[in-house]
Amino acid sequence: MNKVTGTPAFVTRNSFIELNARARARILFDEESWREMVGPFDRMESPWLPMQDVTPEADDGCIVIKGKIAGKPAVAIALEGAFQGGSLGEVSGAKMMAALDLAAKDSREGSITAAVLLLETGGVRLQEANLGLAAVAEVVSSLLALREYAPVVTVIAGTVGCFGGMSLAAGVSSYVIMTREGRLGLNGPEVIEQESGIEEFDSTDRAMIWSIHGGEQRVGMGLADVLAEDDAENIASAVREFVSAGKPAQYRSRKVALYRERIAALDISHQIDPLALRKEWGKDVSHGEKQ
Amino acid sequence: MSGNVGHRGRIWFQAMTGQGDPQAGDPGSVLAAAANVGGQTALFVCVIPNPQSRFPCVRDGQVGLEEAYSLASHIWETVKADWEKPQSQKRPIIAIVDVKSQAYGRREETAGIHFAAAVSSDAYASARMAHHPVIALVVGHAFSGGFLTHGYQANRILAFDDPGVVIHAMHKEAAARITRRSVADLEQLGHEIAPLSYDIHDFAKLGILHELLHVENPLEPTSADVATVSRAVVNAIDDARKGPTDLGVRFLSDAAKKSRKAGIEARALMEKQWSQA
Repeated sequence: MNKVTGTPAFVTRNSFIELNARARARILFDEESWREMVGPFDRMESPWLPMQDVTPEADDGCIVIKGKIAGKPAVAIALEGAFQGGSLGEVSGAKMMAALDLAAKDSREGSITAAVLLLETGGVRLQEANLGLAAVAEVVSSLLALREYAPVVTVIAGTVGCFGGMSLAAGVSSYVIMTREGRLGLNGPEVIEQESGIEEFDSTDRAMIWSIHGGEQRVGMGLADVLAEDDAENIASAVREFVSAGKPAQYRSRKVALYRERIAALDISHQIDPLALRKEWGKDVSHGEKQ
Repeated sequence: MSGNVGHRGRIWFQAMTGQGDPQAGDPGSVLAAAANVGGQTALFVCVIPNPQSRFPCVRDGQVGLEEAYSLASHIWETVKADWEKPQSQKRPIIAIVDVKSQAYGRREETAGIHFAAAVSSDAYASARMAHHPVIALVVGHAFSGGFLTHGYQANRILAFDDPGVVIHAMHKEAAARITRRSVADLEQLGHEIAPLSYDIHDFAKLGILHELLHVENPLEPTSADVATVSRAVVNAIDDARKGPTDLGVRFLSDAAKKSRKAGIEARALMEKQWSQA
């Protein structure tokens, strides 16, 4: 990119990953078009955390920004990975569900409103356990309702990754953008090791973790759409393209027969080689790499 | 209680449908059957333990890849077959739930179990949004990703009022470890903080359940037990047919208004600010 001056790209790049959730969400919007909804000054905090001697956040780790992306109405919902691992609690879940429902309402009434989910999350917040799990089911439901009318774009940039219940939200999204640093899976490495033993999953084996959950693998095997470099403008441009594109012709999460056959065809007498799987499942994937 | 996790599913599937064998093409862990309930045909689905599963990490009744895609196939088959029917004739879908968890395995992660769970959630939610009454009948455990994959998208959730019934985000030992508490502390906290509790009575306080059902013998149901549960399922179906197809009903009860006050307030504020933006 900067061949003329000889400056390597990583020097001039404006890292997206280094931004907090609020800055990530803002950077996606057309200038001066955005406004934060139920922001920190509204002090909608978790009532459950103080009861457990955990300090709450005034935005509950969920930032909702409404405005225009590529000239079109859109809402971005970002989970802050630095607060309680980006976990979903009662309030953050309610904010997310409400924003998706309102986008769906506007869309039904003629103003197609896209949603962009910036997911850095370990899933359900265990201090709010059952209300977190309920919120996941409700968010997935509201996302599916919106998806009928408007594109829902999930971005998993890293470094927390997208795990637990919110990985289902990624799974039903219209489009998924990932970086090489982003990870996507139902169970995080530590949880699998804890539940099934170190022979099943060694949570210190970073190479193995990224070969399974990493963005390059998920895009390569067709479970995400675009592998983007960690650059704010680059990721914002990928988001703009999907917001402009509108709804996809077919949803990945409706290809039940295809994936059922693929699972039936797996040789699982031993662990699955991620690269071989990527070759097999990625055959018909047409994805772009954003540099 | 964990000794019989998964067995209640089969017991109640048999009691409700008179059938108990997996269909050809399904894994041994998935039961699906059309059966009569209150004079209408419904699709019943259930996930049960299959000690012979080719996937080692689902053998105790966890919900894995084959389970999720099989559930989705059955649900979509019903939704597509009923596509042209009037709303009142869309067949109910009854998820009988007794699942330990999702599968915690490397094979599953590699092949995208998050996506399989999403596909099944999509099927359940799409059925609901297409006006099929979707009823979850929790007869045993309903844990974490297992419940998200199988049952938690239902318009109405029924659960047995029984100590063997637990709905939770994570099993006790793991939740204690991750939140750095002892199991005893966690149990104590559950009495004070309802969403943390493993007791179904505390779960009922969250307002998410449609009804708690009293059955005399959940492991060996009498014909009176089956009749009670069938009646409750039919009532839930009727109620679901009358209501909207989203999950908003989970916020409407007095219990929800109390337990989910903070979430309800956040939503109200979002609605207000949204209309002003």
